[in-house]
Amino acid sequence: MGPVIKIKDLRAYFKTPKGLAKAVDGVSFEIPKGGTFALVGESGCGKSVTALSIIQLVPEPAGYIAGGEIVLNGRDIVPLDEREKRGIRGNKISMIFQEPMTSLNPVFTIGDQLMETIVLHQAKRKGAARKAAIEMLAKVHLPEPERLFDEYPHRLSGGQRQRVMIAMALACKPDLLIADEPTTALDVTIQEEILRLIKEMKESTGTAVLLITHNMALVYRNADMVGVMYAGKLVEAAPTQELFRNPMHPYTIKLLRSIPGQEKRGKALDTIPGAVPSAVSYPAGCHFSGRCPREMEGCASIEPPLVERAEGHSVACHLHDPGFMNKPHSKPLRQEPDALPPLAVPPSERETILEVRGLKTWYPIRKGVLKRTVGHVKAVDGIDLSIKKGSTLALVGESGCGKTTAGKSIIQLIKPTNGEVLYKGADIATLGERRLKPFRSALQIIFQDPYSSLNPRLTVRETIEEGLRAVKPGMGKEERAEKVRSVLERVGLGPEAMSRYPHEFSGGQRQRIGIARALAVDPEFIVCDEAVSALDVSVQAQILNLLKSIQRDFGLSFLFITHDLGVVEYIADEVAVMHDGRIVERGTTADIFSAPKHDYTKKLLSAVPKIDSRLADLWHLPGLGAVK
Amino acid sequence: MPVILATDFIVFFLAGAIVYFAIAVRKDGAAASAWREIRKNRLAMACLAVLALYFSVALLDSIRYRDPVLREDGVQARTEKGEAIYSAQSLSLLDRAFEGMRANHEKTYSAPFAKHLFVKENVELPDGTTGREYAPLKHPGAHWLGTDKVGDDVLFNAMKGVRTAVVIGAGTTLIIVPFAIFFGVVAGYFGGVLDDIVQYIYTTLASIPGVLLIVAFMLLFGTSGYQGGLISEGRLSLGVFVWNDRLFWLALILGITSWTDLCRLIRGETLKLRELEYVQASRAFGVSRPGIIYRHIVPNVMHLVLITFVLQFSALVLAEAILSYIGIGVGPQMGSWGNMINNSRLELSMDPVVWWNLTASFIFMFGLVLPANIFGDAVRDALDPRLRYR
Repeated sequence: MGPVIKIKDLRAYFKTPKGLAKAVDGVSFEIPKGGTFALVGESGCGKSVTALSIIQLVPEPAGYIAGGEIVLNGRDIVPLDEREKRGIRGNKISMIFQEPMTSLNPVFTIGDQLMETIVLHQAKRKGAARKAAIEMLAKVHLPEPERLFDEYPHRLSGGQRQRVMIAMALACKPDLLIADEPTTALDVTIQEEILRLIKEMKESTGTAVLLITHNMALVYRNADMVGVMYAGKLVEAAPTQELFRNPMHPYTIKLLRSIPGQEKRGKALDTIPGAVPSAVSYPAGCHFSGRCPREMEGCASIEPPLVERAEGHSVACHLHDPGFMNKPHSKPLRQEPDALPPLAVPPSERETILEVRGLKTWYPIRKGVLKRTVGHVKAVDGIDLSIKKGSTLALVGESGCGKTTAGKSIIQLIKPTNGEVLYKGADIATLGERRLKPFRSALQIIFQDPYSSLNPRLTVRETIEEGLRAVKPGMGKEERAEKVRSVLERVGLGPEAMSRYPHEFSGGQRQRIGIARALAVDPEFIVCDEAVSALDVSVQAQILNLLKSIQRDFGLSFLFITHDLGVVEYIADEVAVMHDGRIVERGTTADIFSAPKHDYTKKLLSAVPKIDSRLADLWHLPGLGAVK
Repeated sequence: MPVILATDFIVFFLAGAIVYFAIAVRKDGAAASAWREIRKNRLAMACLAVLALYFSVALLDSIRYRDPVLREDGVQARTEKGEAIYSAQSLSLLDRAFEGMRANHEKTYSAPFAKHLFVKENVELPDGTTGREYAPLKHPGAHWLGTDKVGDDVLFNAMKGVRTAVVIGAGTTLIIVPFAIFFGVVAGYFGGVLDDIVQYIYTTLASIPGVLLIVAFMLLFGTSGYQGGLISEGRLSLGVFVWNDRLFWLALILGITSWTDLCRLIRGETLKLRELEYVQASRAFGVSRPGIIYRHIVPNVMHLVLITFVLQFSALVLAEAILSYIGIGVGPQMGSWGNMINNSRLELSMDPVVWWNLTASFIFMFGLVLPANIFGDAVRDALDPRLRYR
């Protein structure tokens, strides 16, 4: 029996004002019945366009399939007409999306939306379709399917909605299920349930799954085969265990080594210099040339084909091609050292810089004409924390647990309802805006979203100067400009950035600007509110390295608010676990991760997919020996 | 003797603003770089030229003076007390520049470029009898867009309408924008009681039928105002300044009734912006609230102002037409496209149809609103750093 789906040299191009963008530039793979193939890569590498091409939904007219075959059960579906393609979508191939909150239509009931596909593709009568729909709701383990059938989507949580999406996708028993970042928008404990559900459904229906994700650990736990995409191409494909044991492509190796985790503590994370080339101007040869740590003279001009180099393990890299290595164009251009530099740990100091006692932030719920307070939303409900100078405290928890409100209440962006915030012994929670002013420069914040954290209408210089003007009004113009230049240099940006606007920078560079803005006023304590969560893993590694080094150089204390436990294990000295507005467990990172005491902490830790930490020792760049 | 109406200040203000920007563009700064962006856009520059033409017509029509009355011997007439006597009619520079057009009256309708009147009338034939004929025009071929019912040149009337439209559009906007930005930003940024009050005001205003409010207002203030034509003794001032200008009242009340839409938009946008992280970052520096509003909120709602202005401009010109129809717009002696459209209702029911009055007002209105739209878009794009350097 052949594979359910076979993709051969797929190309999907987009016409843009700048030229032809080759979003997918020759991708081939196949998935057997009941198999899971994971497509991983950083944002903009063409994963989602690959998925949309397979389901024949590339946004027209700008985008089109420029070549290749998509063979579903032995039949190429690319040349089919639109009517036939509609018969395949939702029926033979179905898809679930990242954002469960917006993928259901809020004005129709769950049942209506579920029945739509069933009636359309299975030509069932209403009664029969209703029955089938309720059956599907039960199959995805939703409680009281009969009642849910008539509910509207807003009554369901994110995880429940994703279950409905899965029920819709699997209602017609498709041959292929495409899951495009199916759990990225969900909390980690729900993420695991959803993945288990997909696995269970796959086993019962024999559906093949194409899992698209940026999360390597998720892939490690859930896929049979992995394809690594970079700049529109598949650079490496192998069975999951083989790929994680023996990554061959320098990009794959670099990517794996940039994932933060416990085993990398005290070391810098691996980073990739430069940025992914624009889809309109790929290098003529290997797309990774220019950033590759093992680049050779011929790499930029000769394209490496994807060739099987070990059992089921294909890689598109000249390093593994003996034919190429024998020729003179294999002369190395660059030889980055394999070992990563150690990151000096700052001496741990005993001095407590900030202490929080019984902090409460309640929001009143008002009702009626007179807006009487009828109750409170207890976003933060009495937390105690203390942070030592030069150390990092991680505040972890799922969305809605109050961790961001807690962070903002500590630096007085939100006035807490009750409790004390002692900064070097002075209680700042009771101070008015005017008396708070001297403390403003000491307590700073870095935000999650690199796009909304910078005013699009101000230049980088104006953005950074704003803080200086506010906290040091006496500073001269020249002095201010000099300060801006020096903090920009500290975060790795040149002085030419000063007169540019935020939209001219990439996400990682914007995050650097956000860090520079906070650094400019010489803070002592910085709240990092999900500061690396929105970034790709290789960019995240750069920012984490930067945060570590500025912490060491300036003796900064960080309150690191995050839901990513890998980051916590890597960067934090101490951890506080937050749940429903309270702190359920506090301790050193090692203690919490090795011996969690509270049930919630245990549940949280066990839900996180992890790559076996022993594998990290196997990830080495091919050395000179391999080059020969 | 010069005569200055209240609405002239609106035109002068616009002229001042243009001069100010012209100077700002010469220095190197934000204005200069925006101007460089606009200059690259040829269509926008063409539109700017058209707008400049319109504005110069409006400006010429806003500078007017009364001629002294001369005695038969050519000496200026004076009263018994020795004060000079001036004509009751104040003519603008536009009137004087197109004196021929203004003075070339016909008896009634004539089609564009016609040599004869549009309707037959009794004429004395060469043989002494009376017959019904298309009488020849006094100024054959001189009326490019024909003449109207009372024989006035339509092209000249349409040109006189330019000032009215510019005053209504610009004057009303000058009232709307500060109101809407102030109330919208205050309501959105501070929230709470202030938000409740602002929402209460605009919900109340919006729930009163606009036309009713305008009628009441105009009947209270506007009836005695200057309506074009003669400056008469008595109720109106004979001095240099004529404050009681009906067009001014009209712009004022249109402004008062139409700031609510923009205010609502700005409030909503401010609610969103207030929670954005760059505003929070600013607060973390202890930047004052007026400072945050000035640097972060107002610049980021300006696109709404520009879009609303351009869309509302044509609606305001039309509002003037509707109000003229029910008799509370500008006076019949003051040229306006609204009046022209109004008159053409009856003309369109004639057979054959008198089409040129409507056509002329349509072309003039179109010629102002379309370039204003396109130029407005270009300005918005030029001011948005996200769209630059692409």
